[in-house]
Amino acid sequence: MPNELLLEVEDLHVEFRTSDGVATVLNGVDYAVHAGETLAVLGESGSGKSVTAQTVMGILDSPPAVVTGGAVRYRGEDLLTATEERRREVRGGEIAMIFQDALSALNPVFTVGFQIEEQLTVRLGMSKKDARKRAIELLDTVRIPAAARRIREYPHQFSGGMRQRAMIAMSLALDPDLLIADEPTTALDVTVQAQIMDLLAEIQSERQMGLILITHDLAVVAEVADRIAVMYAGRIVEQAEVTELFRSPGHPYTEALMASLPRLDLKGQTLETIKGLPPSLLNIPPGCPFHPRCERAVSRCESERPALRSLGFGRVSACHFADEVVSSRA
Amino acid sequence: MTDPNVAGGVSSVDIAAAGVVDNSALAHKPRSLGGDAWRMLRRRPSFVISAVIIALVVLIAIAPDLFTSRAAGFSDLARANEGPSADAWFGYDNQGYDVYARTIHGARASLLVGVFATVLTILIGSTVGIIAGYYGRLVDSLFSRIGDIFAALPFVLGAIVILTTFNAPGTNPGAVTIIVQVVVSIAALSWPVAMRIMRSATLVAKQLDYVKAARGLGASTPRIVFRHLLPNTVAPVLVYGTIALGAFIGAEATLAYLGVGVRPPVVSWGVMISDARDYFRVNPHMLLFPAGFVTITVLAFVMLGDGIRDALDPKAR
Repeated sequence: MPNELLLEVEDLHVEFRTSDGVATVLNGVDYAVHAGETLAVLGESGSGKSVTAQTVMGILDSPPAVVTGGAVRYRGEDLLTATEERRREVRGGEIAMIFQDALSALNPVFTVGFQIEEQLTVRLGMSKKDARKRAIELLDTVRIPAAARRIREYPHQFSGGMRQRAMIAMSLALDPDLLIADEPTTALDVTVQAQIMDLLAEIQSERQMGLILITHDLAVVAEVADRIAVMYAGRIVEQAEVTELFRSPGHPYTEALMASLPRLDLKGQTLETIKGLPPSLLNIPPGCPFHPRCERAVSRCESERPALRSLGFGRVSACHFADEVVSSRA
Repeated sequence: MTDPNVAGGVSSVDIAAAGVVDNSALAHKPRSLGGDAWRMLRRRPSFVISAVIIALVVLIAIAPDLFTSRAAGFSDLARANEGPSADAWFGYDNQGYDVYARTIHGARASLLVGVFATVLTILIGSTVGIIAGYYGRLVDSLFSRIGDIFAALPFVLGAIVILTTFNAPGTNPGAVTIIVQVVVSIAALSWPVAMRIMRSATLVAKQLDYVKAARGLGASTPRIVFRHLLPNTVAPVLVYGTIALGAFIGAEATLAYLGVGVRPPVVSWGVMISDARDYFRVNPHMLLFPAGFVTITVLAFVMLGDGIRDALDPKAR
């Protein structure tokens, strides 16, 4: 990777200490994002995708969340040990985040314009007039028609797609180098999803930002991602270049995910599903957390936790039989 | 709280004219919640009417001499119990006092107590409530329990204890002193209500993503609490405030009647109503006029609060 390394997440552990017990939400997450690169983080609900992102941003609700280990390094600087002051500078200015539901992520009592301008006036000390001008530019960038007029409207007067565009404009206001998009298209219908994804991809390549795209939608991933990290029960189980991964998955979980995609060429067949449920984070099975649902599981999987190991071509996988899994498709 | 209303009632023409200019310059003027609310309020008849009434009552309180030439203490025993006439519009009471003059002079104490007790209650209650709701956990438990202690004191008993502690029986505190004491004792015993309303509104609002989003974009905690959370949580407290205002004018009357609140020579509507208690079957005008002023004033504030609440909700537009 020729570009600058922006973010490194290393062996991140996060627990939620609840009255029901300790839920180990992240059990050693590693990933890295370079400038101009899109990393897709894929996984089921509760696999820790959003928690990782919120830990990076430092906006986890704690309590109950406690970071118990690991490091989050932005351009080499460990954010977890940084002062609150420094973290606030990084938020928005260096790393910004887009939320899933733009309606609840925009404050209902302020105009869209105000919410963009607020950052510019407060953080950059711009005058109100300059901030307004810049905010209109930003709304133009995300292709909101008649930006000069719509900037004065409230979030509820925007349609779902427009709201998400406004949210993107908000996150771009301070020119961040890294953008985290937490399921940015989940709340939208399919045609709008495509538009938003195109927009994100375009902005990303234009500004050479790093983009972390959190999603559970394989179709979205295939289109825009450079690399994919697949998460399961608070761990990365596989990470690979997008073409590599789609050509041949290197972990039984990824394999099962791919198999469960509806395919146009196999119309009429029963849709494959992954049997069973994701494990409760209060009680993660010993050994490989995926073994109760895995078709390849043997007794070794129940006791010995597979470590992430490299399979070449930038691919890592946490499975005892990763080589077999890869070669079974290739 | 009162000043903007005075402006709204007295010089609504000027402000409307300014509004026209404002509208033509819309392309440059950033729209704000306050500005939008104001534009909307101006068009609501109920707001304009209530603002005019409040402005009038405030004017009476500030300059009672503009409305009557008689002093509050003016008394003509020869005409005691006389009904309304051209000489005394609201009649005379059993002591020969001019009811109209006393009602006009009573506005100041009643309004001061009502408005300031409400403002103080809302301020203390909202601040404590939003802090308790936002920080949660230990802070919440601590503030909530303190609130419970105050809420557990019966209002009348509590106020009697507070007021007699400061003024031993037989002493005669000055007008300002007693009004301040009444305001403080009402607020001290009522803030837990406002606090609970604010706390629960905050608990709901802080779960929403925009709080997280604001944090994610680098907003500081005070900015999140007061800039982003407060406008979303203020509406229910405001409604409570308008109801409380009427109750507080009534509470002032209760304390005056018990002899621990505002006392002669200071006149208030509450004092007049309690004076009329034993005579109103013979002299209904003794009760009806001051009570009517209380009712109209309270109604005006309720209407005002209603209008402001609607105007502050962008979705209602």
